[in-house]
Amino acid sequence: MLRINCPFCGIRDEEEFDCGGEAHVTRPENPANLSDDEWSHYLFNKVNTKGILLERWRHTYGCRQWFNMARHTVSHEIIEIYPMGSFPSFNGMNVENVVKEVEA
Amino acid sequence: MNLSKQINPLDRVTNAHRVNPAKPISFKFDGKTYVGCEGDTLASALLANDVTVVGRSFKLHRPRGLMSAGIEESNALIQLESGSGYDEPNARATLIPLYEGLNAKGQNSWPNVNRDVFSVLSLFHRMFPASFYYKSMMWPSWHFYEGLVRKMAGLGKLPELPDKQHYEKQNIHCDVLICGGGASGLAATLALAHTDKKVLLVDAQEEFGGSLLGENRSIGSQSGLEWVENTLSQLQAAPNVTMLSRTMISGYYDQNFLVGSQRVTNHLGRSNENKKIRERLLRIRAEHVVLATGAIERPLVFPNNDRPGIMLASGVQCYLNRYGVKAGQRAVVVCNNDNAYRVAFDMANAGVDVAALIDTRASVNGPFQSKIKEMGIPLYAGTMIRKVHGRRKVKAVSIAAHNGDGHLGKTIKTIECDLVAMSAGWTPTIHLYSQAGGQLSFNDELKCFVPNRCDQNISVIGAANGRFHLEECLTDGLHVVPKTLGTTVNPELNISACDEFAEEPSEAYWYTKNENSEKQWLDFQYDVKVSDIELANRENFLSIEHVKRFTTNGMSVDQGKTSNVNALAVMAELCGKKIEQVGTTKFRPPYHPVTIGAFAGRDIRENYSPRLEMPAHQWHVANGAHMEDMGGWQRPEYYLQSGEAEEDAIRREVLAVRHSVGMFDGSPLGKIEVKGPDAAAFLNRIYVNNVESLKTGFARYGLMCNENGVVMDDGVFVRLSDDHFLLHTTSSGASRISLWMEEWLQCEWPNLQVVICNATTQWANVTVSGPKARDVVALLASDIDFSRESFPHMQVRIGTVNGVDARVLRASFTGEISYEISVPARYGQGLWEAIYKAGEAYGITPYGIESLLVLRTEKGYLHIGVDTDGTTNPLDLGWGRAIAKKEVDFIGRRSLSRPNDTRDDRFQFVGIEVVNPSDSLPVGGHFVNSANPIIPVKTMGYVTSSYYSPNLDKCIGLGLVEGASARAGEETFVYSNGKTIAVKLVQPSHFDSKGERLNG
Ligand SMILES: [Zn+2]
Repeated sequence: MLRINCPFCGIRDEEEFDCGGEAHVTRPENPANLSDDEWSHYLFNKVNTKGILLERWRHTYGCRQWFNMARHTVSHEIIEIYPMGSFPSFNGMNVENVVKEVEA
Repeated sequence: MNLSKQINPLDRVTNAHRVNPAKPISFKFDGKTYVGCEGDTLASALLANDVTVVGRSFKLHRPRGLMSAGIEESNALIQLESGSGYDEPNARATLIPLYEGLNAKGQNSWPNVNRDVFSVLSLFHRMFPASFYYKSMMWPSWHFYEGLVRKMAGLGKLPELPDKQHYEKQNIHCDVLICGGGASGLAATLALAHTDKKVLLVDAQEEFGGSLLGENRSIGSQSGLEWVENTLSQLQAAPNVTMLSRTMISGYYDQNFLVGSQRVTNHLGRSNENKKIRERLLRIRAEHVVLATGAIERPLVFPNNDRPGIMLASGVQCYLNRYGVKAGQRAVVVCNNDNAYRVAFDMANAGVDVAALIDTRASVNGPFQSKIKEMGIPLYAGTMIRKVHGRRKVKAVSIAAHNGDGHLGKTIKTIECDLVAMSAGWTPTIHLYSQAGGQLSFNDELKCFVPNRCDQNISVIGAANGRFHLEECLTDGLHVVPKTLGTTVNPELNISACDEFAEEPSEAYWYTKNENSEKQWLDFQYDVKVSDIELANRENFLSIEHVKRFTTNGMSVDQGKTSNVNALAVMAELCGKKIEQVGTTKFRPPYHPVTIGAFAGRDIRENYSPRLEMPAHQWHVANGAHMEDMGGWQRPEYYLQSGEAEEDAIRREVLAVRHSVGMFDGSPLGKIEVKGPDAAAFLNRIYVNNVESLKTGFARYGLMCNENGVVMDDGVFVRLSDDHFLLHTTSSGASRISLWMEEWLQCEWPNLQVVICNATTQWANVTVSGPKARDVVALLASDIDFSRESFPHMQVRIGTVNGVDARVLRASFTGEISYEISVPARYGQGLWEAIYKAGEAYGITPYGIESLLVLRTEKGYLHIGVDTDGTTNPLDLGWGRAIAKKEVDFIGRRSLSRPNDTRDDRFQFVGIEVVNPSDSLPVGGHFVNSANPIIPVKTMGYVTSSYYSPNLDKCIGLGLVEGASARAGEETFVYSNGKTIAVKLVQPSHFDSKGERLNG
């Protein structure tokens, strides 16, 4: 069980949180203009990295606030927790590439 | 030679370390009474009573004796205290401390382990190779055989009575968790005593000391036992050290979170019934974990190596030294390493006739060999057991020259014996390390897997790290651990010289290659033999994980503690690979089974989940309500009057609502307040409906979809003011929907100025419904004009009712005139009583959920999650036209234009009538196209709701049916449980389909 440092409440056990899937998946501006393929890409295709993955989590049994997390999917190391609407800042993370991959 | 011994179970070896024969304890095994003594385990007591058969193997029902003295035991599985409310199946006799009156039964046999009628199966062992379930029992189907196989092959019996014991959970945080209180674990704890580290030492056994309790070792000038006792007294004085014996760590999870089970009072047996906590589940978070989990001895693999009387050498040694029990009178030791020689020394010193030391190694000539010769024990170097004589107990072994690499020559000698102590070397206990994500590497010299790399804060010391010698264990604990943790090494803690001698290298002896592989056991419990690995190899199973599943090796209750390495070594030999190339299977929790009760802790029965009572709960209970748990809420299903059956009550309530007036406690109805300048714009994206056009004071019935276009929830939403909405959701959906809306706001549209509050429990709600509803509410003290003209259907009013603030909504789930009156929750019962009093003149009838469901089914009103499933979209509910009118996007809209979402033959919402009024309509029954369908047949949809309608005097229902929107009036069939009935598809609304009664 992970220990997660909620930006609002501090360190709590994972069982107080819910994982909301991959972060930085932006809802398309005009879904009606998308092809079926493009829409299904938004709905279903995730990067599912073996390595550092950017996710969003909610402190459900606490402050109920959402935040982003960079987590290593093999070691489960939590590399960074950062606010919604921002990008991670740690070294070695090519955020642009990650985000591009998600949006591709 | 007569090997049968005169049995006095209290006649123990003098100087036995840990038993007190002066304190006898009586117990029962398989119905017979025996006596053991204080300090015994069930296993040592059985051995002292010369009980040689303690269990039966899983598949072949072979008679089995004790194999070990510890957690690795795979034969002596016991059903403890059967039928008492204290039952424990699959308990290891080796881990059960003896207590007065203990009642145990052998498992997997009938009538008992001694006379097991199913043992006839072992005559047909060729019929039961690996995978026989998958291959042989395919025709006509597995279910044909299942009953028989389950009866024969059960591992223990599920307790039938409720557990009488109490359990609890505890969270523990510590700086260092040390798992294992043997030599290395005790040394590590000693090294950290009086530092600033908060240390927790746990050990699974009844007492600390580990293998030292079963050996005769010396540490400096002290005996091993004296060292343990001195160390413990120092640790007890250390304020920073907590020690828990009887505590098994069974799971190692992320970020050093470990779960263990402390068997607090199991050793007291049934005398503890209903008193103290039996087991405590420990949830431990440690900054650093030290695994000092020791090692497990491996069996040698040779024909009939599973016969009673053949034991692990370490087990024989432990029974002898710790419990003072001789496992036999005339023993042979068979091994490929020097360590097992110590067992021969101990036996000879205790007066056991050691008839032979059989060593697979041809040229060995070190201190151990010299000492064996000195003691007059015949040493047969370069030999191996080729044959075992005796079925229910070993009588003799025939030995042959070992020509190297598991190949044996002809029998050269037969040696009578009643005990074989075997050792193929040691396997570090790395289960927890593997669970922690640790990678292993194979050590060629030690011939075992040792820890290599792990991402967690963990260190592995002593035998668990392949450091098998006592001095290495002490060094790891006293010096390595403090260095790893950066604490100062206590200079007073020197490593005393132990009784170590130079050892000859061990040799690999994985199995006997030129003997019958069908008789060489690997996994004793599941009857996996070398021949099964051969079969897996022939069938080209390459991955060791597949070999495990195919052969079931290591899948038994003991999880392969003794069999794993042997099996993968056999696999490696067969496919010509190195052992490290074959690799290991990953260990998963639990290391050792944990009682389910411990996981449940106190969260059982009424404490399982919070119990929600409505504000007028007391009134309902006092007035005959039949309460039912619905989504956590205690809700009346119906109100019973004297002499009524359930269906009478429902009929009376339904008719009252249709003909006069009823009242319903709707307090659990989901109420979410949404407020802010952007509230309307936000909700317009959330609802399928148009929200922005709703005027203040008006209400609208709405649907919500998820982004995949599937209907999630429904309910009436209300505009209280320009920037303030009240959303009604299903009772079970309130929390889910408010969290879901929060997610959109926080993650997707943080710029929208909207706040959300789930106000469900803050408001009590009483719904007055029926043709006389208006007459009743008009009698209430209120500043609201309830008249037909000024307060029409689907509008809301804010005012006071019965002297308190109230919101009144005209919406209806019954089809009758309805007023849903909400007041702050604490006034709920007062409102309920005021309405009941006002309605007395009209015979107002409280109605429950069951009656409401009949009423809404008559009206064809949707019940989300009942009349819809995980595929239903708004188009399936007939919302196509309404959606077409909405000009802007909403969640899920794009999904509704995908080809699959617009198919004509989707399952669509429809009303159902039975053709023959005497038929009843089964919920879950499937639509078929023929009165005589040939099963299996493709489903054309299914019945989702069905009730007897007192107003229509027949069975009516709702369902999801293929292409239903174009099939109104069509007759078709419903199939359920072998019966087909004729039905007619109709519009969902069965009653007052024009909705004229709503306005009255
Ligand atoms: Zn928080």
